[in-house]
Amino acid sequence: MSSVAIKQTNKIHPHKFTLWVGIGSIVMMFAGLTSAYIVKRNQANWISYELPVAFYYSAVVIILSSLTLHFSAKAFKNREVGAYRKLMATTLLLGVLFIALQIIGFNNFWNEGMTLQASVSYSFLYVIVGLHAIHVIGGAVALIIMSVKSFSKKTKNYNIVPVDLICTYWHFVDLLWLYLLVFLIMIK
Amino acid sequence: MSTMSLQETAHHEGHADAHGEHHHHETFITKYVFSQDHKTIAKQFLVTGIIWAIIGGLFSVIFRLQLGDPNATYPWLEDLLGHWAKGGKLQPEFYYALVTMHGTILVFFVLTAGLSGTFANFLIPLQIGARDMASPMLNMLSYWFFFLASVIMMSSLFVQTGPASGGWTIYPPLSALGEASSGSKIGMDLWLVSMAMFIVSSLLGGLNYITTILNMRTKGMSMTRMPLTIWSLFFTAVLGVLSFPVLLSGAILLLFDRNLGTSFYLSDIVVAGKILPNEGGSAILFQHLFWFLGHPEVYIILLPAMGMSSEILSVNSRKPIFGYMAMVGSLFAITILAFLVWAHHMFVTGLNPFLGSVFVLLTLLIAVPSAIKVFNWLTTLWRGNIRFTPAMLFAIGFVSLFISGGLTGIFLGNSALDIHLHDTYFVIAHFHIVMGVASFFGMFAGVYHWYPKMFGRYLNNTLAYIHFWITIVGAYLIFWPMHYEGLAGMPRRYYDFSNWESFKMFGGLNEFISLVALIVFAVQILFVINFFYSIWKGRKVTTQNPWEANTLEWTAPIRPGHGNWPGEIPEVHRWPYDYAKDGKDFIPQDVPVGADESKH
Repeated sequence: MSSVAIKQTNKIHPHKFTLWVGIGSIVMMFAGLTSAYIVKRNQANWISYELPVAFYYSAVVIILSSLTLHFSAKAFKNREVGAYRKLMATTLLLGVLFIALQIIGFNNFWNEGMTLQASVSYSFLYVIVGLHAIHVIGGAVALIIMSVKSFSKKTKNYNIVPVDLICTYWHFVDLLWLYLLVFLIMIK
Repeated sequence: MSTMSLQETAHHEGHADAHGEHHHHETFITKYVFSQDHKTIAKQFLVTGIIWAIIGGLFSVIFRLQLGDPNATYPWLEDLLGHWAKGGKLQPEFYYALVTMHGTILVFFVLTAGLSGTFANFLIPLQIGARDMASPMLNMLSYWFFFLASVIMMSSLFVQTGPASGGWTIYPPLSALGEASSGSKIGMDLWLVSMAMFIVSSLLGGLNYITTILNMRTKGMSMTRMPLTIWSLFFTAVLGVLSFPVLLSGAILLLFDRNLGTSFYLSDIVVAGKILPNEGGSAILFQHLFWFLGHPEVYIILLPAMGMSSEILSVNSRKPIFGYMAMVGSLFAITILAFLVWAHHMFVTGLNPFLGSVFVLLTLLIAVPSAIKVFNWLTTLWRGNIRFTPAMLFAIGFVSLFISGGLTGIFLGNSALDIHLHDTYFVIAHFHIVMGVASFFGMFAGVYHWYPKMFGRYLNNTLAYIHFWITIVGAYLIFWPMHYEGLAGMPRRYYDFSNWESFKMFGGLNEFISLVALIVFAVQILFVINFFYSIWKGRKVTTQNPWEANTLEWTAPIRPGHGNWPGEIPEVHRWPYDYAKDGKDFIPQDVPVGADESKH
């Protein structure tokens, strides 16, 4: 019987791995919704519509926020605290702007008579885009915590894991929005 | 016990003394309530599951009273259920509520959370050699979301209009329109909110199980050295993580239809002469979203029972499991196929017949991995040195039920036959045997086998044997005759069959089934008494490895503390099925391979 020191095998940080599996789970949720959308699209009573312009602007904003977050993480790894703080806060602001643009988009859409109840087509748009926005808000909450922590004077602990986690998640919601946007443009 | 294992036990106990247990500052709250120890969380899931099983079982007894003798009145029923059983007779609306809640409780709260929640939590860290789950915090949250789901579902039993009553599959429009029935009102909202919490709980649990299995195995524990229990719990978690979100999206759309006036599932509906404004929706869409989870759910329930039975059959046959890689391969095949067969629940919804035939083919393909598994279980038993422990009996019972129930799956998976058989008692018989009772047997096998590890005491054997024999005979007596009722066209979910001339001949049979159901339920109460009595008064476990098994959990102290092993985590040198090898009865996984040892 061996009782020598044995280390557990750690290939990838368990939290990162958990996040990846969680992302798989979220993907399945949107796969379910978008396939339901396709099924409905091919049935009677479907009404085609144009997406609100704000959604295109929000796509640009979220791509920018992914970039600033990427450079923020890079700054963190190089221990450039000042740059890290600024970029993290910028990302947060861009995230908030994204959510604001989605709300503006919804508003315009609604005011043009395309309300939640008016047609199944519009209902789908509200649910799918809304659920994505909730996932972005979840990320934004994490960004708020990270930003506050980055300005706290106690932050001398260069733990890369939380930064990596938020980066992965944020890039994911970014890609998810691009996918949804292309999906909604192509199939309407 | 062999000399070797005695030496080992001595070694481990000495080891434990030298190091002492890990001491955390624990209060009652952190140790028993908001615990992050996977073993405590497992017990929380198990006890909550048992409470639900009693409630869900009791519901079936009550509606069986109605089915057994539709004209009888039971004054005590009115005392128990109030206006739901006016004059001692179950009201039709509440009959549907009972059927719905029986399904919901048993499928989700008992055989998903109670089964996976218990054994994935308990066995994964102990059998792969980890101190705890990858994220003990998420694990704790997983239980408390389940608890919250339980509280909400339980509270729906007490609202004035009653709990959900549209069937556990909550098909719209019954589930989407408050006007549809009394159970479609607040009871249905509570059902949906509770299930949303339940899904969160399952996802948090599943994420943890997958990460822990892939990342936290001890040195030497390669994937191909994992016990089959771990493989099955792994595939179960994968199924859950990928299919529950789809149910969630279906449920979200349903919530919108119920509360915000959308029409995802509703179109052209007239309720009590009033035309509803909803247009453009499709109730079939919900069925697709539901069954995309619903079918994998069957395997979420079944796979852990398969894994535990494999382990228990091997330990108690004192033989290696036959065809380990074939077992893993068939678990994998079942996992993949589970995602590709959902529409076989929908053959009569107007599904394109060509599409139907594709789903028939894919459904019947599941027979292949299932047959491989059955063959391997039987060959594991073949000429084994069998110990008929209660766990072993239940594992053998599982195999028997899986064969009996699986065979009728071949009938139902055939779309032509399904036109006649769907929504009859044939379906009830099929899924209760193959998924319900079989999984319960796997769960019982697991409880009897790992109870000494959980509580440091044994369950009473005499009660266990009574429990087994009455349950297995009773289960067959209840469900076997239902095949014949179904073949004769007797539909499921009907409140009273006595009005139909063609089903009158089943009156006596229905009474008999109800009587047996009552006896089987009473015996389950005996098990529950045994379970709780033995926690405090059961015979104490005195050896570290009472079943002389090879897996790692039996190298931990009799009652492991938080962290599982007081010293270093043992290193693994071999697969877990080295039984009857080189003249030795068993060789635990942490024993190094000898120079002259033969290959397995």
